[in-house]
Amino acid sequence: MHIVDGALSGEVLIAGGAVAVAGLVQGLRHLPLEKIPATGMLAATFFVASLIHVPLGPSSVHLIMNGVAGLILGWAAFPALFVGLLLQAVFFGYGGITVLGVNAVNIAMPAIVAFLLVRPFLQHSQGRSSFVWGAIGGGLAVALTTIMVALSLWLSGDEFLPAAQLVLVSHVPVIVIEALLSGATVYLLCKVKPELIREYG
Amino acid sequence: MNFAFNRIDPRARILVALLFSGVVVALSAIPVLLLAFAISLCVLLISGLPKGKTLKRMAAMDGFIFVMLLILPFSVPGDLWFSLYGLQASWQGLWRAVEIALIANAVILMLLTLVGSMESVTLGQALGKLKVPMALVHLLLFTVRYIEVLKDEYQRLRQAMAARAFRAGNNWHTYRSIGYLFGMLLVRAMERSERVMEAMKCRGFTGQLPMLAQMRMQVSDWAFVAVMLGLMVALLYVEMFRVLV
Repeated sequence: MHIVDGALSGEVLIAGGAVAVAGLVQGLRHLPLEKIPATGMLAATFFVASLIHVPLGPSSVHLIMNGVAGLILGWAAFPALFVGLLLQAVFFGYGGITVLGVNAVNIAMPAIVAFLLVRPFLQHSQGRSSFVWGAIGGGLAVALTTIMVALSLWLSGDEFLPAAQLVLVSHVPVIVIEALLSGATVYLLCKVKPELIREYG
Repeated sequence: MNFAFNRIDPRARILVALLFSGVVVALSAIPVLLLAFAISLCVLLISGLPKGKTLKRMAAMDGFIFVMLLILPFSVPGDLWFSLYGLQASWQGLWRAVEIALIANAVILMLLTLVGSMESVTLGQALGKLKVPMALVHLLLFTVRYIEVLKDEYQRLRQAMAARAFRAGNNWHTYRSIGYLFGMLLVRAMERSERVMEAMKCRGFTGQLPMLAQMRMQVSDWAFVAVMLGLMVALLYVEMFRVLV
């Protein structure tokens, strides 16, 4: 769901850049030095997620997992996901430079929303309820990302309205799959290493 | 790696790529954008990087935006180009799509050539010297260090699944299994980071990584910056005074 350079209007780029800086500042405030190695390792894991493909109909989609990133890392998810996007742009050519802020906000803000809204419910849940809340967090994050990507396009000009609509429609199955996968991931984490969900971040 | 820009100061390469992207995004005349793309292409040719690999990465990004570009002629109102089953494509829309494609490709090509060719550790250190907050630089260095390690870990888990006859399909079993797989990957990453942290503390890690690289701007670095700035000013001049149009 990366947007490339050249499509978005100046206003959207600047707004995205400003919000991204604010998010980074807030995220780094929640990232003391002793937590950096673990956060970096988890950021690398979320980077690897984007290389994992699951079948979707005759095609396949890659994992995003920004909801799970938010549930585990809290505010530190912002710099962690930002670093992933930066590396993707620089070494793989996905995305761009001037859109980096917008892309970071579109991916990381929903992670923070999942953290703030869903994480409190995970504090004591076990078994089935941990699956349900994980699925809600994961689905919510990808749904928000989809909406924000569509909005970024639409706000840049009415000529992008059909493209924005296409983004919305084509990502409905992705939202469902991400919700199921996030649910399974969180269910396993609550069983195997609950402190990852409850104490970290 | 042995290529032309290796000797240029990494900070200069990062700043030039940033400035270039800012300039190119501001351009809109097609001939000027062609010129900008040609500059990126020349920089790639001079660099001596493997051309096929870099261009393939650029093409991968094009595959990404292809559909969006395809829609544009139909969604921008203007002079009729052709009509297809009652849908009207406009010339203005076509040019808008070409404009976006040229901008995106010129920027990404310059970025891949100047910055993507760096060792990732060098990138981190250069960002540190450019006053990016240390916490962010450290985070970047740790992330870069462990991407390959965790990719191997993922392959190992995937192999274990394959050995137990797992086949991915459109079913709940697949989604649950991949979800568990990713959860296990997170658990292992966390446990690995605990081990790494303990080992580092043993060796006196205080939370600061030393930034070893010495970076000093040489005459050749300034020359590189001057040439690139000159090209950017030329692009802006041609755009503003419509020399080519």
